Amino acid sequence: MSGRELFMAAPAPHAHAGADVGRTMRRVQLALLPATLFGFWVFGWPAVNLFVITVAAALLTEAWCQRLRGCESRLWDGSALLTGWLLALSLPPWAPGWIGALGGVIAIALGKQVYGGLGQNLFNPAMVARVALLVSFPVAMTHWVAPLPLGSAGAPGFVEGLRITLGSMPVPDAVTSASLLGHVKTELSRGVDLAQALDAAGGTLSAWHGVRAGSLGETGALLLLLGGLYLLARGVIRWHIPVGVFAGLALPAVVAHALDPAHSLSATTHLASGAVVLGAFFIATDYVTSPNTASGQLLYGLGIGLLTWIIRSWGGYPEGIAFAVLLFNALTPVIDRYCRPRIMGRTRRGAPIRATQGSAE
Amino acid sequence: MGILDRFLRAAHFSGGVHPDDHKRPAADAPLRVMPPPARVYVPLVQHIGSPARAVVAVGDLVKKGQRIGEPQGAVSAAIHAPTSGRVVAIGDIVAPHPSGLPVRGITIASDGRDEWCELEGCDDPFALDPAEIGRRVAQAGVVGLGGAAFPSAVKLSGGLGARVELLIINASECEPFLSCDDRLMRDRAAEAVDGIAIMLHATGAREARIGIEDNKPEAIAAMRVAVAGQSRIRVEVIPTRYPMGSEKHLILVLTGREVPAEGRPSDIGVVVHNVGTAMAVRNAVRFGRPLVSRLVTVNGACVRQPGNVEVPIGTLAGEVLAFCGGLRADHGGPARLLLGGPMTGMQVPTLEVPVIKGTGGILVLDAAEVGEGEGGPCIRCGDCMRACPVGLLPLEIAARVRAGEVEKAAGFGLVDCIACGCCAYVCPSRIPLVQFFHHAKGELAARARGTQRNETIRTLTRAKAERLERDERDKAEALARRTAASLAAATEAAAAVEKAAARTNEESGACA
Ligand code: SF4
Ligand code: SF4
Repeated sequence: MSGRELFMAAPAPHAHAGADVGRTMRRVQLALLPATLFGFWVFGWPAVNLFVITVAAALLTEAWCQRLRGCESRLWDGSALLTGWLLALSLPPWAPGWIGALGGVIAIALGKQVYGGLGQNLFNPAMVARVALLVSFPVAMTHWVAPLPLGSAGAPGFVEGLRITLGSMPVPDAVTSASLLGHVKTELSRGVDLAQALDAAGGTLSAWHGVRAGSLGETGALLLLLGGLYLLARGVIRWHIPVGVFAGLALPAVVAHALDPAHSLSATTHLASGAVVLGAFFIATDYVTSPNTASGQLLYGLGIGLLTWIIRSWGGYPEGIAFAVLLFNALTPVIDRYCRPRIMGRTRRGAPIRATQGSAE
Repeated sequence: MGILDRFLRAAHFSGGVHPDDHKRPAADAPLRVMPPPARVYVPLVQHIGSPARAVVAVGDLVKKGQRIGEPQGAVSAAIHAPTSGRVVAIGDIVAPHPSGLPVRGITIASDGRDEWCELEGCDDPFALDPAEIGRRVAQAGVVGLGGAAFPSAVKLSGGLGARVELLIINASECEPFLSCDDRLMRDRAAEAVDGIAIMLHATGAREARIGIEDNKPEAIAAMRVAVAGQSRIRVEVIPTRYPMGSEKHLILVLTGREVPAEGRPSDIGVVVHNVGTAMAVRNAVRFGRPLVSRLVTVNGACVRQPGNVEVPIGTLAGEVLAFCGGLRADHGGPARLLLGGPMTGMQVPTLEVPVIKGTGGILVLDAAEVGEGEGGPCIRCGDCMRACPVGLLPLEIAARVRAGEVEKAAGFGLVDCIACGCCAYVCPSRIPLVQFFHHAKGELAARARGTQRNETIRTLTRAKAERLERDERDKAEALARRTAASLAAATEAAAAVEKAAARTNEESGACA
């Protein structure tokens, strides 16, 4: 025991539960891993390439922005990695590499750093990038391919995969396909009955087992569900947002499907398809852009689910969760303002409760 | 008590945390009594309220228990000599405070005899008038030993002006590492319960409930035996959760009732005292013994022989540590020296700080126990909000404080923050939330004072302006009169004197 500096006054508490941001990010990444690997298997090398490019672009942009802003590098807290990862999962797996690169840059630079970095952004960075890409490059962003599992006949090898990613080799027409929701939307607009359309797309079952066209994060819904449950068990997220999203989507779907089974997808199809599971557990739950309180989170989840259903049913896009998340990101400050916890000794409105003298029983 | 009954009464608060309690093995080590050191350093303020005034002079011989500091004002406490000896200095000593700045205190060189002064005890405290008990407790300089060090007599005998129905004895000891209350209850349960009975008599409450967290089974057992036959005193086992020992939370858990914000427990007919205080009250009333020593938990990975020690007030922390075998250098060496528990205790800059009445622990923690780590920006994870036992939004308050908007921070309930530290304890970004809140509270207080001062200044300025104005007016009037007078005089000199003019002249002269 010696130097005075040893005892420089630090503020209380002088103990810590041990949580840190890096640990949280690592847990989320672990939860994403099975579904991601499954996606790699289903879509082969081009998907791997796209993933690597997107994540690398996100990391590089993060490093570059942190340098520009002159703040210390916090690259290894894993938040930029996670953003890139989530974005990669929401892209068409055979999209050209520049889509991933541009997306990574947009997500970090415009989605996060311009607001002041981690914790400051209003909108979910990955969703900002996805929507920006979708609106700017609708063709590339809706070019889905049929699953071609690694090692199966016709699956591109590493070099071919690289050429597909770099755009020097066109995607063979035979491989092009449509995502389940996209297919259904097109067919319905052509006047085809829903049952037929679903059959042609491989039915609801394919939505669950995941070997079908779609983004990395759309396939493997069961694995994502597993990851989500892990996050719940670890206390990384709480149930209010996912349950809200599922309920907000499923309840209107149940009603609409009962009324008009020929034109409205069942709740199961809604839940299993598209990026709902990914969105509910991994995207809508983003700490920074979602409300804090339990009631606020439930409300927010319900809103996202409902809006997703509305966009899917009547909007111009087959999938709506990205738009729904962004809209409710914008509403988060409002929700936070109205959903506050009650302060001990005060009424909900903030006035001190009335003192009642008397028996303490 | 039926299960249903228990269930119905099991009120709880939301939030709170479950830190590692680190209570054992220190709590299981037998109590040790430390002999008076060669010198004791006794600060004149060891309590909430105004400092005491020294009533001895350098060179005076004092006996143990002799009053050396006189309380000043309604909320203050007397100070007594912790041992017999000679007063060698009255002046600055290092304050038991993070700043390490000096406070006024009395230094006594022990004569080694530890001789008590004459004490006025009482064989039957229950025959005493409650006011008389309050007086004796005040005489003995008893303050709350749970840490807040509020003068006990004020709370004991209706000083708060409200009728008390229920006396709650806080024996929860929710701070990790600390076990002095635990030890007290294990070793001196009968005396503690006697003290509680005296307090019950003094407060006029109908019953007393002793809240003990369920991580102290030995203390619970001992206290249960001690209260047997006391129909109005009950032991209540409560869950172990920090900050159970916060007055308002303990009341909620034991009664299911909330203390109004900005109010006091007495508003709902409750008063809370620490179990250690009950012991001090007993000593004061039965034996007339003032509060000159206390139980201190000495703990932390860096302490060689952790345990509980009865320490004379004014003993330096370093000497207490030496009594406990000194410090160990393994574990990477000491990382932090604390007075009090790790959640709300304060870090002090040196070992040369004295133990005072409110010092429940001396902890020397290693880096692992402190759990130091790298900080970062707020990621709005909301963990702090879920941990807050008061229902605040620490992240929102902190964001406002950081932006310099303390008024807005106040709008988020800053005044209701009990500074328990739960929020900062869980924050993954290690934001010093409690420090922010302290800072903002200080700022608000300063602004309030500032407003007050500005008011005063404005009033004074206005008064001065009015006075100046009045003076000016008077001067002008006087001048006018004088001018008139001299004119009149000139006229008089120049022309024929008229009687009327002369009269005017006389009048104005009289007036001027
Ligand atoms: S716990 Fe820390 S990081 Fe999480 S919201 Fe609160 S202040 Fe922000
Ligand atoms: S220190 Fe204040 S804000 Fe933080 S948890 Fe305790 S009461 Fe809540």
